[in-house]
Amino acid sequence: MWKFIHKMASPPHFYGLAARIIPWFAVPGLVLVAYATYAGLFVAPADYQQGDAFRIIYVHVPAAFLSMMTYMIMAISAGIGLIWRIKLAHAVAAAAAPLGAWFTFLALATGSIWGRPMWGTWWEWGDPRLTSELIMLFLYFGYMALRGAIDDTAKADKASAVLALVGAVNVPIIHFSVEWWSSLHQGATLVREGGPAMDMSMLYPLLAMILGFKLLFSALLLRRVRTEVLYRERRTRWVRELVLSEEARS
Amino acid sequence: MEALSMGVYGPYVWACFIMTAMVFVICEWRARVHHRDVYSDIAERVRALGEKQ
Amino acid sequence: MTATDVKSPGLLAGLIGVARRDLLLAWKRPGDILNPLFFFAMVAALFPLAVGPSAEQLEFSGPAVLWVAALLAMLLSLNSLFLSDYEDGSLDQMLVSQTPLTVLALGKSIAHWLTSGLPLVLVSPVVALTFRMPFSVIGILMLTLLLGTISLSMLGSIGAALTVGLHRGTALLSLVVLPLAMPVLIFGSRTVALVAAGDGAAGGLYFLAAYAVLVLSFAPFATAAALRISNE
Repeated sequence: MWKFIHKMASPPHFYGLAARIIPWFAVPGLVLVAYATYAGLFVAPADYQQGDAFRIIYVHVPAAFLSMMTYMIMAISAGIGLIWRIKLAHAVAAAAAPLGAWFTFLALATGSIWGRPMWGTWWEWGDPRLTSELIMLFLYFGYMALRGAIDDTAKADKASAVLALVGAVNVPIIHFSVEWWSSLHQGATLVREGGPAMDMSMLYPLLAMILGFKLLFSALLLRRVRTEVLYRERRTRWVRELVLSEEARS
Repeated sequence: MEALSMGVYGPYVWACFIMTAMVFVICEWRARVHHRDVYSDIAERVRALGEKQ
Repeated sequence: MTATDVKSPGLLAGLIGVARRDLLLAWKRPGDILNPLFFFAMVAALFPLAVGPSAEQLEFSGPAVLWVAALLAMLLSLNSLFLSDYEDGSLDQMLVSQTPLTVLALGKSIAHWLTSGLPLVLVSPVVALTFRMPFSVIGILMLTLLLGTISLSMLGSIGAALTVGLHRGTALLSLVVLPLAMPVLIFGSRTVALVAAGDGAAGGLYFLAAYAVLVLSFAPFATAAALRISNE
């Protein structure tokens, strides 16, 4: 088991393996997302209260879920990199951040668009999930800004790791604070996503979409980590030999 | 056509789904381009080093 | 007398030593303490100037405006927390000191609170009165500021340590610290608003106290780690 992890943590090994694994995530992911899109848009019955607008849930919830999952992945791999000094872990954190920011943006944008017909406004400060998503977007920006401001890669890795860990502790607290705050907000109509109990025919596409998103995210992440690894190791022998062998082949 | 209109919420629902698709496409495309750029930079330098010897 | 003859100071002595130094420095440069206070008052004044002086609006927005102004004033003073130490080499001394860096970081944070947070708490009633805040509410305001600024000094030290010496560190510090500070802002200002509306403050105060304790428990370690990373 340790030998496997040790091998996985070796950049050249990871680089090759990841290339082969990506399709195994991408293809099932695409299939699931395609099914979930079709089922969510055309098969699931319209919601009693919200009509067809509720279908936005099928992209909004998975995006929000992924945005939080990515933050955790970022924080955990940054922590692993910091504590056990595994370079690959830092590469994963660096690669995950922009993806997480994109998903957070998507959650916010779809949430805002959903809000327009529901609340009559493009933004509702009273919705705790939207507001804490917004704060999480700022956390991502801070992380990426800190990384960008430090030239030395190793230093940037460690500094942003500290930030990611401190932020991770705060994420649940932020959610709790915002929820408490908006429960005091007079007259806010909280959107109960999907209604109190979701019908099975409504739930399946949602679960499928979440899983599909996760698979696609994994494929994207693997691709980005490969590039990170390649860049960080650009002066090493294995990269040189890799490039030379590719040239020789072509 | 009726299916596409989504009651009255057509523009909202489709905007969301199209935006989602675009985000995935953009992420994939940028990831590939970034990889290609990094790779070609390295290949260029390796080639230059090789010529020097 | 060789270097090995010198006894290393105890932990508490190290903590007090570093805090005392900062307090002395601030005493010699009163502007360091006063400028953020003026900033606090000015920012608070911006809102009635921009929105209009209607009594209702003042009373309604008082807690929020005062809290936002306090938060911004704290951010302002956090910028220079490690800056002068970084520039004159004291930071390097701290890094190699026999006193653990965590203790020194805690000392710096405490000194920062004493020179930035506590003055804010003491000055806030003056500004709060201009927002027609009743005395009972002002008392709660001061309590929330007291607890909140402790958290802000602690969290802010982490941010300051991460960004010390970086190009355009100021904006980066704010970007890094603000999301972390949101729970403090939310609970701080909303608790005061609740009291103004007649509800109880206990829940909010408990949260702020608990948050301060939580932050106190990990911030010095994170600050020390960040200092080491920024200066290797």
